[in-house]
Amino acid sequence: MKHIAIGILGAATLGLMASAASAGTLDTVKAKGFIQCGVSTGLAGFSAPDDKGDWQGIDADFCRAVAAAVFGDGTKVKFTPLSAKERFTALQSGEVDILSRNTTWTINRDTALGLNFIGTTYYDGQGFMINAKKLPGVNSALQLSGAAVCVQSGTTTELNLADYFKANKMEYNPVVFEKLEEVNAAYDAGRCDVYTTDQSGLYGIRLTLGSPADHVVLPEIISKEPLGPAVRQGDDQWYHIVKWTYFALLDAEELGITKANVDEMKNSASPEIKRVLGQEADTKIGTDLGVSNDWVVNIVKATGNYGEMFDRNVGSGSPLKIARGINALWTKGGLQYAPPIR
Amino acid sequence: MASQEILREEPSRGSFVNDPRIRSLFFQTLVVIVLFGSVWWIVQNVIDNLQRLHIASGFGFLKGRAGFDISDTPIAYTSDSTYGRAIIVGLINTIIVAVAGIITATIIGFVIGIGRLSQNWLIQKICTVYVEIFRNIPPLLVIFFWYSGVLAVLPAPRDSYHLPFGSFLNQRGFYFPRAVWGEGSWLILVALVVALAMAWFVARTARQRQMATGQQFPVFWTSVALIVGLPLLAYVLSGFPLSFDLPKQSTFNLTGGFQVKPEFLSLYLALSCYTAAFIAEIVRAGIRGVSKGQTEAAAALGLRSGSILRLVVVPQAMRIVIPPLTSQYLNLTKNSSLAIAIGYPDLTATAGTVLNQTGQAVEGVLIMMIAYLILSLVTSAVMNVVNARMALVER
Repeated sequence: MKHIAIGILGAATLGLMASAASAGTLDTVKAKGFIQCGVSTGLAGFSAPDDKGDWQGIDADFCRAVAAAVFGDGTKVKFTPLSAKERFTALQSGEVDILSRNTTWTINRDTALGLNFIGTTYYDGQGFMINAKKLPGVNSALQLSGAAVCVQSGTTTELNLADYFKANKMEYNPVVFEKLEEVNAAYDAGRCDVYTTDQSGLYGIRLTLGSPADHVVLPEIISKEPLGPAVRQGDDQWYHIVKWTYFALLDAEELGITKANVDEMKNSASPEIKRVLGQEADTKIGTDLGVSNDWVVNIVKATGNYGEMFDRNVGSGSPLKIARGINALWTKGGLQYAPPIR
Repeated sequence: MASQEILREEPSRGSFVNDPRIRSLFFQTLVVIVLFGSVWWIVQNVIDNLQRLHIASGFGFLKGRAGFDISDTPIAYTSDSTYGRAIIVGLINTIIVAVAGIITATIIGFVIGIGRLSQNWLIQKICTVYVEIFRNIPPLLVIFFWYSGVLAVLPAPRDSYHLPFGSFLNQRGFYFPRAVWGEGSWLILVALVVALAMAWFVARTARQRQMATGQQFPVFWTSVALIVGLPLLAYVLSGFPLSFDLPKQSTFNLTGGFQVKPEFLSLYLALSCYTAAFIAEIVRAGIRGVSKGQTEAAAALGLRSGSILRLVVVPQAMRIVIPPLTSQYLNLTKNSSLAIAIGYPDLTATAGTVLNQTGQAVEGVLIMMIAYLILSLVTSAVMNVVNARMALVER
């Protein structure tokens, strides 16, 4: 129901937006005093409310990092939980300023949907989870022919699932729900044999099930799922602010700038660190971007660098305990690589 | 005679401003201009904004490959089919659940409605409780009640309930044997059609004879004998061409047979139960609306109470019942969009998925609106025909 409401709202907003007076997103955000951030309806490690109702996770923290860059204060964010179906309309219609919601970057979304993905904050791949107690003999996705598969509608997951079973000449019964919680409940109740989504998601969801130990994630990864934040097209300044916030998080990690040592690092002997932290004389890096010159300092103070964000939310410091793997920096054999800040 | 002349005089036309006809014409034109102007402005703005935001628009996407699967496909559909076909699959699913729901809701509604007027204390109270419960709960909760409260707690496929005739019930739905029509089975179908035609003819002849002579004929039993007997005879003569595909246990689920999924079952049962409560009240009102004198007159003629209800009360009650019944049918059809909550692939769900995969929200919502509008208009048209036939024919 809600996605139709948003659809109609989106249509109405598109209809009523005065086309001439489209101020830049940065000005709008500054005027209202906070960033409206589109997140998931609750995916552990990425964006989920904690017991106090604060949004936690790598996607939620990314929005805080952008808020820190813009306002110098990582708390100036309001979160809008969006289902997979609602997310693009919400961004297109201007209901949210950033969509930071474990969303896969595809060409269709970059072109026909009118979005701009700013990068890949988490390299993921689609996997399968089964209840090993109920299905003892199954240890590969290729044994799943005839199974009932729970999946969230309107996702790339839904499309990859169809492709994978077709390519391997297997049959399946799709059991499709709009909201993540509905898929979780149906899988937990035994309505389907298999749960499929991004592997990181499967690990997160497993923790929320009745008896997590019974469930295993099968080894196959059937797709590339580069997850990242997206903004609307047609506003290059905002696109650059969000994109360089991501790069700043990576560069900070590469240069060893952490939440704990950022103030000492300002006085570092390294000209590169001083430049990144805005301590160079007459620097214009921040102001050219449209933010203050100490924007990287603010970002790192608010959320830590990329590595700290990862460990805290999905890595060793979290219940998910996902290894860095391909999400390590390029200097450590991973794929995370940022252009220099200069 | 002076006063009559004054009466005949035309109303004075001091100026155009005071002329009621010109004034009314002026304001009506103004409203039309404002209305069309705002619609045009909104449409134009949508087009402008879509272009400005670089969002694809137009209905060309309907020909693209859908790429996703749908769980209930009444017509041939695979992930290679088009988005347009996916929406049609959803539309057919909506029609299926709406038609099935309307039929069941009408039957339950009539039984409960008549039951509320029963002389029997227990029947009357049970029917009252039914109406009060279902009429006062939101339909979404009724759907969840059937889905999570009744069907989800059934056993897993491995421990299915075995029901008679090789059917099974488990949390994945209701499985029953599927008829496989062999060679020569067309004869059975022909026999059925012939039997139906004959039954109709017998009923007509018997009616004419009763009108002319007053003699009655056992129409019901003759029809049953015809409709059951003839196809059975054809079945034997054509050499037993019918076999059954029984549901069997496999690795994950039961395979074979015919599966009614829990999503459909819960939506269908919930819509039927919910709307039946309203129909029951309409039926009760309709029967109450028939004057008591009619019943007494029929009784004075010596009709039994069953015949009074069937021949005198219900035909007159129908004239009161049909118009509000139409609204309930429309409500049921529109409430079927609540299917999205439990994942039944109706129009709202599939068109919503298409909307999301293509990102064309404006077109997607427009298609949904038009589809529901057409469904509702067709339902209304059918009910208007029924209403016209039921209306009092004056001679």
